Amino acid sequence: MYAPSFAAPTTVAEAVQLLANASGVAKVLAGGTDLLVQLRSGILKPDLIVDTKRIPELRTITSEGGGYRIGASVSGAEAGEHATLSRDWPGIVEAVELIGSTQIQGRASFVGNLCNASPAADSVPALIAAGATVVIAGPNGEREVPVEEVPTGPGSTSLAKGEMVVAVKLPPKPARTGDAYLRFIPRTEMDIAVVGAGVCVTLDEGGTCTAAKVSLGAVAPTVLVVPDAAAALIGSKLDDAALAALDAAARAACKPIDDKRGTIEYRTKVAGVLARRAAATAFKRAGA
Amino acid sequence: MAKHHISTTINGEPVEFLCNTEQTMLDVLRDELHLTGTKEGCATGDCGACSITVDGRLVCSCLMLGVEAEGHSVETIEGMADGDQLHPLQQKFLEYAALQCGICTPGFLVASRALLERNPNPTEEEARYWLAGNLCRCTGYDKIIRAVLDTAADMRGAS
Amino acid sequence: MAPDGTPDLKVVGTRPIRPDGVDKVTGRAQFGADFQLPGQLVGKVLRSPHAHARIRSIDTSKAEAIPGVKAVMTAADMPEITSEEAFVGEGPADFKDMSGNTMARDKALYDGHAVAAVAATSAAAADAALAAIEVDYEVLPHVIDVEDAMVEGAPVLHDDMFTSGVDPKPTTPSNVAKRMVFELGDVDAAFGKADIVIERKYKTAPVHQGYIEPHACVAQYAADGQVQIYCSSQGQFMVRAYVAKLLGIDISEIRVTPLEIGGGFGGKTLVYLEPLAVVLSRKSGRPVKMAMTREEVFRGSGPTSGGTVWVKIGAKRDGTIVAGDAVLKFQAGAYAGSPVGPGCMTAFAVYDLQDVRITGYDVVTNRPKVAAYRAPGAPISNFGVESAVDELARELDMDPVELRLKNAAKKGTKAAYGPTFGDIGCVETLEAVKDHPNYNVPLGPNQGRGVAAGFWFNIGGESSATVNINEDGTAVVATGNPDIGGSRASMAMMAAEVLGIDVERVRPIVADTSSVGYCFLTGGSRVTFATGMAVVEASKSVVNELKARAAKTWDIPVDAVEWQDGRAVPAGSNAGDFEPLSLEDLAAKSGRTGGPIAATSSLNAQGAGPGFGTHLVDVEVDRETGHVKVLRYLATQDAGRAIHPSYVEGQIQGGAVQGIGWALNEEYIYDDQGRLENPGFLDYRIPVASDLPMIDTVVVEVPNPRHPYGARGVGEVPIVPPMAAMANAIQDAIGIRMTELPMSPPKVRKAVDEQAAAEE
Repeated sequence: MYAPSFAAPTTVAEAVQLLANASGVAKVLAGGTDLLVQLRSGILKPDLIVDTKRIPELRTITSEGGGYRIGASVSGAEAGEHATLSRDWPGIVEAVELIGSTQIQGRASFVGNLCNASPAADSVPALIAAGATVVIAGPNGEREVPVEEVPTGPGSTSLAKGEMVVAVKLPPKPARTGDAYLRFIPRTEMDIAVVGAGVCVTLDEGGTCTAAKVSLGAVAPTVLVVPDAAAALIGSKLDDAALAALDAAARAACKPIDDKRGTIEYRTKVAGVLARRAAATAFKRAGA
Repeated sequence: MAKHHISTTINGEPVEFLCNTEQTMLDVLRDELHLTGTKEGCATGDCGACSITVDGRLVCSCLMLGVEAEGHSVETIEGMADGDQLHPLQQKFLEYAALQCGICTPGFLVASRALLERNPNPTEEEARYWLAGNLCRCTGYDKIIRAVLDTAADMRGAS
Repeated sequence: MAPDGTPDLKVVGTRPIRPDGVDKVTGRAQFGADFQLPGQLVGKVLRSPHAHARIRSIDTSKAEAIPGVKAVMTAADMPEITSEEAFVGEGPADFKDMSGNTMARDKALYDGHAVAAVAATSAAAADAALAAIEVDYEVLPHVIDVEDAMVEGAPVLHDDMFTSGVDPKPTTPSNVAKRMVFELGDVDAAFGKADIVIERKYKTAPVHQGYIEPHACVAQYAADGQVQIYCSSQGQFMVRAYVAKLLGIDISEIRVTPLEIGGGFGGKTLVYLEPLAVVLSRKSGRPVKMAMTREEVFRGSGPTSGGTVWVKIGAKRDGTIVAGDAVLKFQAGAYAGSPVGPGCMTAFAVYDLQDVRITGYDVVTNRPKVAAYRAPGAPISNFGVESAVDELARELDMDPVELRLKNAAKKGTKAAYGPTFGDIGCVETLEAVKDHPNYNVPLGPNQGRGVAAGFWFNIGGESSATVNINEDGTAVVATGNPDIGGSRASMAMMAAEVLGIDVERVRPIVADTSSVGYCFLTGGSRVTFATGMAVVEASKSVVNELKARAAKTWDIPVDAVEWQDGRAVPAGSNAGDFEPLSLEDLAAKSGRTGGPIAATSSLNAQGAGPGFGTHLVDVEVDRETGHVKVLRYLATQDAGRAIHPSYVEGQIQGGAVQGIGWALNEEYIYDDQGRLENPGFLDYRIPVASDLPMIDTVVVEVPNPRHPYGARGVGEVPIVPPMAAMANAIQDAIGIRMTELPMSPPKVRKAVDEQAAAEE
């Protein structure tokens, strides 16, 4: 009969040691909103569950070098309540706040959303667009990688045995920069993204885009970075031609599947729609 | 593996229980502590019938392990009334006929209380989005939303 | 009496707090999964992963050897049942099929079909036992879609199924269980008189009732053969009858205690777990508790049919509809018995037509056997007919409400299914829509307004009630119908009205099967009407007895006593001069005047007044994403007489929102192996609070002359019109006719693209 072990370490070192020395499958329990569903369904039967919510540094959001360091166990609700994070990175906060219900918000974390490695994860396109990185702790110390390098396919990540993400780092926000995230779901709440689009743009004083990053979710095995879509925005003031080019580039990048949440055709078209709409919001936030 | 011995606070009372790792807080409340006012509608976080608060934060008890309750303060529907004095939300739900079968009602009440504690003056849209994780199949939500908004108005008037 | 002759009512029509309310807002109410018995085991079901498979063998030996496992069962532990029509549920059924649906015998007929069950001392042991049961399946070709199942050469589910209702009866088996025709006049000739004919095919997806409480029960089989069952269902007498029949037990040996029911909508008018729990208890000698997971609810319990609806209607230029013709093909799931019959009967019932024909087919497919769902069958045929009528209104350039008013059923209209309507409120609900402010709110771009009307028969049937007067003058009203949405409040109110006392002095209970007379189940919108009638009759008997006791006390003839406001008074000055005797006085002295005061009524209520409703919805369509937002929603309905108006409104609002879900997003999604891909609330998308506006209601009251207070059933009608109303609103918004449910974003976007391509 299935009987997993449980540990609730209070330091990162202790957590890493537990994960590294585990015999069998060990899973990190941050918010648990994906893990417990997988446990319940029997898809996942870890031998060890490591609760990281008792590690103080994983529970806090700190300002760091003009940017932010968000602990891996910070919940969506906590992020939403942070005074300046929502002001500086509204796209990221709105993305993490779209994950599930109020109840899910009370538990679900950025990092859980990332490490669950679903291509439809809401926070991930927004983090990628903003140029976020993650700090990974492991038996050989810490390393820092861009968010887009963590998921490698549906349900799989680049983390080695014994490694865990301890924080997400957001860079200092350049002047006249705005980010936005939009997703499409059939209802208004409680669904998994059929398509998600994160856009971050920086404008010059005249309102012309000088830098951009566009990321799409749920249209490929991992969240996509779409340089062609960003290129469509750079040098523009988001005129109709730029919007059309953005729409086309977003659609061209899609490699979706047909499933119960959407068809290939539908996802591809809506990716273009959302990229345009998210770009409009990002421009507005950047001060255009 | 041996069961975990957990010390926690439930509805203001110190409570100790034993549980296995894989038992959810919902399982513990219902099966070990016989607090069956917290309901299981899906066990996957999609219906909100198992809503509780942990240290004041609204969560689905089906998405929390029992072992995680160690040292925390849990509030369930059973702790909402003060003896036989109903919470204003409970009273208003009755007056508005905001329940039909009643299975979702404990979850809605716990979630609504958490809303009003954070936002004493929610708009209809805010109330609807806050409660989007609580499914009701009987009422179409109309009378629930009205009851919540009217309770908020009453409580603002009283304070 | 009021000047217009309606009774002067003190309680009926008010809004008291429901008697079970405090238990439900404090978490004290005991629902199906909340009950337990000492020493109970955990029972679980093994379900087929295949849509269609022959069961060659089942080896349970490894499961039985697991520590903590106390019983394992298969269909071999249940008696083989011969075919016999079942009579205690809602909709047609056969006991043999029901036995097969409870536990597959030779073949598994759908993904989720029960094939074995276990009882163990812990959930973990039960799970381990399920994993250790070895079932040898021979996977067979399967069929999911209703029209695919009707094609020659389709995989046949039952080799003994020969279509009934066709002449001559076929000699080869097929998936078509039954064909039926309802016809009035000469339809083919009538189409010749039409200036305009609309002909179109529509399709709906199977949808689940989506009650939030999964099925659950506790059963105890004692050594002397007595069976106790505690469960949530829509009928404790239904559970008793089915368990008795499926397991070959005398009815007198079974006692079913109803627990609170967390929603049913028709889906709890069958048994799934109860017979299995009884068998497991018999084998283990211990009580067994079983509760479905949400996934099991979707895979293993009945949704309602999906189907196709072909409609042809003809009208004159002035808007007079001269002919209607429809062909309905409904999926029954794995066993015969879709609600295609009521689908046919209700199809054109909102219209006064002389020439009308409806043909129905009941078709089996490799899906869960359907169960009743609110106005079973009517929403499906209504979606087709009310969409077609909207197309007709556009063709005629006529206001859709005016077109309906011109053709509406009224007193004296003969319905296609037989009866001639008496007092009905179809016209009144249409006029209530026209009179409502929503009817004239200006609309913006991509916004549209849709209307549709709907009908349900409502039913009566067998009901019993007992009224006991307590020593202090309070009363207990016992009935045998589970309270699914506030019916105890209505029962108490009607009793209080007759007794002339405050409703707070009446305590209504839902009694177990051994404590009250037989009641047909809670369904078909019958309880307030039929069981309410039994409560009124029993209360009247109590009043008669109270009058007799007063007469005895005063030593005057009983017909010289009147009952007024809860007191016996002398009937006029000739009867004598006595101080009135209150219910409290009479109750306190009852021991000295003849003993306890109580009365029972058992009856078969006839004359349920038909129900009509009209819905008006405004939507906004996002052409780029296909998303449809509901802006405003109005439902008008004839309730006959609203006993408790809040719960009448609640029924209307809830039914309308279920219909919105059916219209927009709800569907069963299957993979190519016939496995259900969305057995959970994440991807089976019922409406959430943020999807909706307030649901405005107007309750119209055209009294039902057959009920003491004029009540009609109200629970079914509101789910009938929403799908067509939504489709009609979408058409109004973007000029596109959606003919297939659900009208989900990908489908709407596709239709927008096709429209654009066609215009190029």
